Amino acid sequence: MSDRHPMTGNEMSGSEPGGLERHQYDVVVVGAGGAGLRAAIAAHDAGARTAIVCKSLLGKAHTVMAEGGIAAAMGNRWPEDNWEVHFRDTMRGGKMLNNWRMAQLHAQEAPERVMELEDWGALFDRTEDGLISQRDFGGHKYARLAHVGDRTGLEMIRTLQQRAVALGIDVFMECTVTELLKDGSGSIAGAFAYWRETGRFVVFEAPSVVLATGGIGKSFKVTSNSWEYTGDGHALALRAGASLINMEFVQFHPTGMVWPPSVKGLLVTESVRGDGGILKNSDGKRFMFDYIPEFFKAETADTIEEADRWYDDKKNNRRPPELLPRDEVARAINSEIKAGRGSPHGGIFLDIASRRTPDYIRKRLPSMYHQFKELADVDITQEPMEIGPTCHYVMGGIEVDPDTELAAVPGLYAVGECSGGMHGSNRLGGNSLSDLLVFGRRAGEAAAARADSMGQSRPTVRDDDVRAAQASALAPFDVEGDENPYAIQHDLQQSMNDLVGIIRTRGELEQSLQEIEKLKERAKRMTVEGHRQYNPGWHLAIDLRNMLLVSECIAKAALAREESRGGHTRDDFPQTDHEVWGTKNLVCNVDATGAGIDLSEKPLPVMPDELKKYFD
Amino acid sequence: MGYRLKMRIWRGDQSGGDLGDYEVEVSEGEVVLDAIHRVQATQAGDLAVRWNCKAGKCGSCSAEINGRPRLMCMTRLSDFDPVETVTVTPMRSFPVIRDLVTDVSFNYEKASELPSFAPPPRDADGKRRMAQVDVERGQEFRKCIECFLCQNTCHVVRDHEENKPAFAGPRFFLRYAELDMHPLDTHDRRQLAQGAAGLGMCNITKCCTEVCPENIKITDNAIIPMKERVVDRKFDPLVWLGSKIGLRNRDNDGRTEV
Repeated sequence: MSDRHPMTGNEMSGSEPGGLERHQYDVVVVGAGGAGLRAAIAAHDAGARTAIVCKSLLGKAHTVMAEGGIAAAMGNRWPEDNWEVHFRDTMRGGKMLNNWRMAQLHAQEAPERVMELEDWGALFDRTEDGLISQRDFGGHKYARLAHVGDRTGLEMIRTLQQRAVALGIDVFMECTVTELLKDGSGSIAGAFAYWRETGRFVVFEAPSVVLATGGIGKSFKVTSNSWEYTGDGHALALRAGASLINMEFVQFHPTGMVWPPSVKGLLVTESVRGDGGILKNSDGKRFMFDYIPEFFKAETADTIEEADRWYDDKKNNRRPPELLPRDEVARAINSEIKAGRGSPHGGIFLDIASRRTPDYIRKRLPSMYHQFKELADVDITQEPMEIGPTCHYVMGGIEVDPDTELAAVPGLYAVGECSGGMHGSNRLGGNSLSDLLVFGRRAGEAAAARADSMGQSRPTVRDDDVRAAQASALAPFDVEGDENPYAIQHDLQQSMNDLVGIIRTRGELEQSLQEIEKLKERAKRMTVEGHRQYNPGWHLAIDLRNMLLVSECIAKAALAREESRGGHTRDDFPQTDHEVWGTKNLVCNVDATGAGIDLSEKPLPVMPDELKKYFD
Repeated sequence: MGYRLKMRIWRGDQSGGDLGDYEVEVSEGEVVLDAIHRVQATQAGDLAVRWNCKAGKCGSCSAEINGRPRLMCMTRLSDFDPVETVTVTPMRSFPVIRDLVTDVSFNYEKASELPSFAPPPRDADGKRRMAQVDVERGQEFRKCIECFLCQNTCHVVRDHEENKPAFAGPRFFLRYAELDMHPLDTHDRRQLAQGAAGLGMCNITKCCTEVCPENIKITDNAIIPMKERVVDRKFDPLVWLGSKIGLRNRDNDGRTEV
């Protein structure tokens, strides 16, 4: 350990056998967004030797992009709010396909997780009484989102990052995990990774690995997600033998920027609507009143007057239809655009300028003001924004035990966006940040407990597996091919956007699976130029395998589910079929070849009677 | 709308490098990072560049564009004449790893030297209370996206490698000020800011404020007030005398020096 980089821990010396660097930990957390950092803090606090391994620099993970807030029934604005109401909202938002136990734990524990952030230095906006302020969001009955202007994610990641640094947790930055390693009995023994900076390989030996790698959005062309969102954790878990559930459910956020082209898909926070913004078509009509579904009729305002009164008087009025759950709003916007009532750049209008004062807008939505001003020359205090749906979040993910986040492989845990079940078929805004905290902590504690219980008899990494991982990572350099990873990624994004997008049909989904097969063939001929040092082309080539595998999961599950529900809309099966499809999940596993996906069905866990009463 | 943009991009590593000439198709509304990505996808697959959000929120894509420290994702091509050549080089104050990627670990080292927030116990009902007006000062500083452009620009360390060990830089003066102004923090970090962090080396030329993509008034709102707080403690004869004879000072109440 002589020549290690003082901060990154990167070992520059080539004297290790095969240039391999080895590290032993109790718990290795893959990913340094909200979930990974919270898991690492919990594991550390439980006494485990803990490492965080992340693809980017610390503090840059996608959590930073979260804008609106953290949903937690703290009751600071509305004393009527409590975990039962939050639980009910979450289940209904997910169209009852959520894992009930996860939704329950999430609603119960979120308030304390938010308070912890404040203990660690987060500076939330305040109520007049000095408590943490809470704002309105779609699908939430009460104003429930703890927030900092519209940059809540930045506050959360910085707080957790500073906490992790203060605790002295080891962080391996710009280090990408490419394989999970298991022992002969099938338990997790560690992980294989490379340093992006040097291209050198690293073996982590650990009996517990927590996956917190985020989502899959980079497989779609129009997305709010960054380059990191390539489904790494999903694919790592699949290849290690775990299963994914609910992969057909992809959330298209209703409001992404549509112009200029270079920022198409960039997120416009739901807080714009929570704080009074409304949606209008090119005729100037506030069209959401035409799209209130039966399921939410009883709790949604059906006149403009009632909707506008609601912001100040929630007791006597129902919620404006702009604040329906995201799937409903995205579908409505999509329909308006298709009907030819879109804005000049192919979106619709989101208007807060005519509804709130410039001062209020700049104060509540500073990042949005800045983003539109700088990137689109639009002053949102004076004119409406043009927006349209953008791929934002995957509800599906690694199947885990609700209490410990343990996946089907002993020693493997998953939290945050890469895990599945918590959000059912559609996630409510604000529920992801709280999800990261609640289950991050649980996974970290469970992972530490497992490591502790093993004593000295730990699973050992097999040399053959390390050699195989090495060969597989280096393959793109050895292939004498004619394919460029950037071109394959581009074609995958286009196919997924066109064929597995917000509205789906059998024909297009079948076609998408054929396209994915062709792309898999092309990926075998993929070659990269240059050498191993900080080579984005090589990094993409490795990530692409994950993107292809996960895309296949989404397309296969979407083809199988012959109904429409939450983040899965079939033009050929527009009804929600509670009888047949409301009681089961679709499960993805790798097939015998290891390169394809097998699909199976599994009954949904049944909610106990004492919770069923909230839905009568 | 589209045109062919002429670019010069620094290519190389620790051992040296040079500006490479590229010409790339660009279109309306694009930013420098779009052009860099197109070069990467079509002409130089191994061109190293850091980026994440492409929305000015993560602070990863810092570089020097025509000599000015900026975020590549927030620099619009419409700011330049179409015939102008846009030159992109890595941040100068940090060692190059490869191409536009620099070793910014200096900043993570400095972050780890800073004692963290130390709150008192919560109120009896398990909650904490702070006034909005009191948290707003700190909130301005917590807008920081850690792009490290201020660190890169500050002349105390730019071209003065020898000052780095004793100087935390504007980003961390921001953090000292944030904690010092936090309504609940119980630590007194003023000595530390002046001593170990080298606050005194800053001579308030405001270069950091000028390059901050979040428009944080680093010098006016963080560094100068922090300097004043240090000076109050160190040089104000009344405060000095008071502390010698054990007089209570509201500014020190409930705070322990670290």
